[in-house]
Amino acid sequence: MTSPRPGAPRTATSPPPAGLPGLDPRFSRIVGATDPVSGDRVSWHVLDTGRVLEQAGISPVGTILAVHGNPTWSYLWRSVAALATERAVAGGRAWRVVAPDQLEMGFSERTGVRRGLPDRVRELGALTDELGITGPVVTLGHDWGGVVSMGWAVDHPDRLAAVTLLNTAIHQDPARSIPAPLRLALLPGVLELSTQLTPAFLETTLSIAHPRLETQVAEAYRAPYRSPARRAGIRDFVADIPVDPGHASFAELDRIAESLRSVDVPALMMWGPRDPIFGDRYLDDLTDRLPQADVHRFEGAGHLLAEDVDIADPLLDWLDGLEPGDHSEGGAAGRVSARGSASIAAPVAGDGTRRPLWHHLPGLAAKTSTDERPTADPGEIAVVEMVPRGGAGPRSLTWERLGSRVRDLAAGLAARGMRRGDRVSLLVPPGADLTAALYACVRLGAIVVVADAGLGVKGLTRAVRGAQPDWIIGALPGLAASRALGWPGVRLSTVTLPAATRVALGVEASLSQVAESGRGSHLPAEPAPDDVAAILFTSGSTGPAKGVVYTHARLEAMRDLLGSRYGVGPGVGLVAGFAPFALLGPALGARTATPDMDVTAPRTLTAEAVADAVSAVDAEVLFLSPAAIANVVATATDLPDWGREALGGVRLMLSAGAPVPVELLDRAAELVPSASLHTPYGMTEGLLLTDITLDEIHDATAHLEVSSDRILTGGGVCVGRPAEGVVVRIAPLRADGSVETLPVEVADVTGEIVVSAPHIKAHYDRLHLTDARATLGTESLGGPTTWHRTGDVGHVDAQGRLWVEGRLPHVIVTAGGPVTPVAPELRIGALPTVDRAAVVGVGPVGTQVLVAVVETVSTALRVGLADAELASAVRGAAGLPLAAVLVVPVLPTDIRHNSKIERLRLAEWAEGVLAGGRMTAP
Amino acid sequence: MKVLVTGASGLLGGAVAADLVARGHEVVCFQRTRSGVAGAVDVLGSVTDPAAVERLLVGADQTDGAYGRSDHASTFDGVVHLAAKVSLAGAPDEFVAVNVEGTRTLLDAARRGGVRRFVFVSSPSVAHSGSSLVGEDAGPADPLRAHGDYARTKARAELLALAADAPGFSVVAVRPHLVWGPGDTQLVARIVERARRGRLPLLGHGAALIDTTYIDNAATAITAALGRAEIVHGNSYVVTNGEPRPVAELLAGICRAGGAEPPAWSVPAGVARAAGAAIESVWAIRPGEDEPPMTRFLAEQLSTAHWFDQRRTRLDLAWTPGVTLDEGFARLADSYRTI
Repeated sequence: MTSPRPGAPRTATSPPPAGLPGLDPRFSRIVGATDPVSGDRVSWHVLDTGRVLEQAGISPVGTILAVHGNPTWSYLWRSVAALATERAVAGGRAWRVVAPDQLEMGFSERTGVRRGLPDRVRELGALTDELGITGPVVTLGHDWGGVVSMGWAVDHPDRLAAVTLLNTAIHQDPARSIPAPLRLALLPGVLELSTQLTPAFLETTLSIAHPRLETQVAEAYRAPYRSPARRAGIRDFVADIPVDPGHASFAELDRIAESLRSVDVPALMMWGPRDPIFGDRYLDDLTDRLPQADVHRFEGAGHLLAEDVDIADPLLDWLDGLEPGDHSEGGAAGRVSARGSASIAAPVAGDGTRRPLWHHLPGLAAKTSTDERPTADPGEIAVVEMVPRGGAGPRSLTWERLGSRVRDLAAGLAARGMRRGDRVSLLVPPGADLTAALYACVRLGAIVVVADAGLGVKGLTRAVRGAQPDWIIGALPGLAASRALGWPGVRLSTVTLPAATRVALGVEASLSQVAESGRGSHLPAEPAPDDVAAILFTSGSTGPAKGVVYTHARLEAMRDLLGSRYGVGPGVGLVAGFAPFALLGPALGARTATPDMDVTAPRTLTAEAVADAVSAVDAEVLFLSPAAIANVVATATDLPDWGREALGGVRLMLSAGAPVPVELLDRAAELVPSASLHTPYGMTEGLLLTDITLDEIHDATAHLEVSSDRILTGGGVCVGRPAEGVVVRIAPLRADGSVETLPVEVADVTGEIVVSAPHIKAHYDRLHLTDARATLGTESLGGPTTWHRTGDVGHVDAQGRLWVEGRLPHVIVTAGGPVTPVAPELRIGALPTVDRAAVVGVGPVGTQVLVAVVETVSTALRVGLADAELASAVRGAAGLPLAAVLVVPVLPTDIRHNSKIERLRLAEWAEGVLAGGRMTAP
Repeated sequence: MKVLVTGASGLLGGAVAADLVARGHEVVCFQRTRSGVAGAVDVLGSVTDPAAVERLLVGADQTDGAYGRSDHASTFDGVVHLAAKVSLAGAPDEFVAVNVEGTRTLLDAARRGGVRRFVFVSSPSVAHSGSSLVGEDAGPADPLRAHGDYARTKARAELLALAADAPGFSVVAVRPHLVWGPGDTQLVARIVERARRGRLPLLGHGAALIDTTYIDNAATAITAALGRAEIVHGNSYVVTNGEPRPVAELLAGICRAGGAEPPAWSVPAGVARAAGAAIESVWAIRPGEDEPPMTRFLAEQLSTAHWFDQRRTRLDLAWTPGVTLDEGFARLADSYRTI
């Protein structure tokens, strides 16, 4: 071995070569400082924006101290340095950026000294002293630079204003092995070869960017590491990973990790989940140590996050959002956090008593003597499972049985270590098992992660991994999938499994065993109203799946709204073919049945299955998903007489989710002749926002006039008036298609629909930037609770009714102004020859032209231009200038709902075809 | 304003001259044959004849003092330069002589003659290589990228014209795209004639979006540019109807207006392009009287999207097209009925 030891020849320090893409040479400087290890003066290469700010006469509010990891260099922070300076010069809050190349790394000196973590932390302190950085300081670190920056942070609490981190790790659980790629790199013989003698480690790191790094950028990263002598620092960094407590740097890592718990300044973590080293488990550990942190996971991005996505804008935006006092006060006061969404008063009974979700379950909550409202009769049926496992006839549970099952399960889970705040992934089909497990977890204060199987395996995996469950409770297929896909968490099964299967699937116990063990033992204290109860994953039909966080108070508010608005409570039969509402059945005290259906394909629900469930609980209330309605209507002709009779007893039918064509609702109404049909408007983030009956829809549509001054926007689908407690505002569309920051209350102005209600989401899970976007500009609105930007566009009419005109990304920005698609689509769709239509834009935003893509009543055999007659009819109906009319056999719709047309995909396709590209199917 | 219009015997030149007359300007037309524009004065000559240009704009023939100042040579306020060799084939030298040197001669004489506004009528093809254009604004003229002798020489001429822009001499380039209308012997007549003989194929699937310019709109845009020259000088503007349509619909519209059946058969775009290239090279060896039936340029024009961002044009020129596409087709149909 010829590894350099102290005393090896030192090499001269030179700044980076000119012309590296994105790197402003004015920021580069060589700084001499005393090396605390050797006592010698050593030369650091530092990106420092201080001089440029000074020349511009700007005095910064503080310093962003950015520390790179291994094997990168300060080039990693070029975008932060550039943007911070650009914003400062433009008059924004001015941050100086100081980003050193660590010693032996980048363009800093090669001293021949082998450095460990304690040295790295001290060296950085010596450098900031030399530079006279007094504070406030925001640390920014990536990879092992994250650890060094946290070391600096815990050693300089007086100067620290905030901690910001990209993919890094602070703690290595001795019980868990370190990530495989690092294990490999540390093998004897491999270390030297992979890190120093060859550029393998460097090249591997550069190759995992998503998308691939541009050649020039990759070259810039390689620039300081051209020879084995220049790469000694890379080797030493890898060798410094404390694999076990015997390692020299272990104690320092532990010290920093533990000290971090007392750091209470604001924190931001930006994470790329596609990281083979610093996966979500390290993020989880960090959020545990810095619970105040705002977290944003960039789905699809990886280890080289700063290259994969723009981190500079969100970082500086986040810093702008901090109270100025944070920087000098050490940050304890005035913390800004998206998680700190306003707490709402827990819904209370008339006498001031809160009614928890398990209120109706006997033995779980002591009924206060003052609460006079009805509670479900313990001897009555609570839940009917239409097709229980085993395949026998319907199985029913009384409130008594359900209550004791939930109680025993909760106690058993607590005994096994389930705690308040633990995350539980439930991979169980709707039915008695799911209901019992769900209420047991909720009662313990565990957080239930509900990811719809309809997301598909890929979406589900992303959702579950992202949510980092501590527990997985599953039926067989779910458990097998979770095992195969390597999802984290302790596994419990719904049924008792043979030993071999249990071991193969890594299952600890079955729910029966858990309940058994819990019988007779005490339950821990109830969770608080503001504790998180559930994370619901959005369908993904409007973008990647997002975890939506609900607290107990918000779910209770949701339950109370459903109960009061639709008269659902004790003694009422409810059939819920729509998952979120089905789960609330027991909380409402209603007798609940879930129809026999494949939850992954709501489209397969038949009229007979619905009638069967209705008859089983003598249901008055029927909730269906929009996707299910079409098939229910289609299979209605096969319905036997008993089925018609059962459906005749339904007094209220509700379709929640995507809009359903009125014609379809009319036909559904014939099935339930005594029922009033409601189609509330909502989304996972706010399940019930406005409500309208079928009669009101007919009335609104009949009186819809297209006024000449509202041609480009207006019209759409009428979704009714706000439900109790819901406030609707509109953030007007600007001429360039963006929306105003401040939502307003003005009739007949089209813009993004912004809502507020006690029962909407608390926030998104680990999507700080999405949160910030979803609440942008709503701070000043006040109101009863947090606000949510829906991403839908529409307007409120003079009668106070909300109209949905499309999705914000589907707004077409023409030279004449923005156009919303739904109104012209409905007009075109009303043509006798047209079945459905989509209106999309092609061309650059701002000068887009409109294109109609139609499905004809007699299905077209292939895609192509509409013939002259059809084109002319469509143009006439649209009421807007159309550049082209295309005919397709079938419009692309999202897989789950089969009702939301994928306009973005269609627009991309139309753009290609109309540019002269191949006439393929969309 | 006293305005000189070159190339007024052509469809667009005539329309510009007529529009200027209608707006009360004093108009002199300069070209080789009669313009036939009522209310305008014709001076016959060519921009390739420096002496004739000199007489007209400056008044004294530098080469031969025997000729005095032309009758019409009281100082012009503006020049609209449309004269050009517009063709898809022909000898390269001729394109240079007319389009490049002719423009140089005219610019030079106009500046010395005290002209204050100069509108150079150009073509979107000066900036583009023929690939698809989707909502783009006017890029800088580029003789190296432009395809074909016409586009290359027009690009050089536009660069010359804009380089001559100076205080007191405001130069604007206007690039109308695919001008058509009643009386058009180039595009419209050829399409209708071929369709009548059943020899008009559609290139590709016919869905490529093409933005065209109805003749009246092109003319009013040019007169608007002349009026705004002192504000918007030094710039180039693409002018269109701002109504892109699939090429099949446009051809069908023109055919129907001309009383012919729209094309019912199509040629794959790649084949047409290849055929165009082959025919072009044959024509170069044996130049004929007529245009070649297909050139690479035309094949590209008719099988890929060509439409433009009109926001800057409309804002800067304070102009909007007065005749819609459908109204244009109606007027074209009227013109065929009265023939």
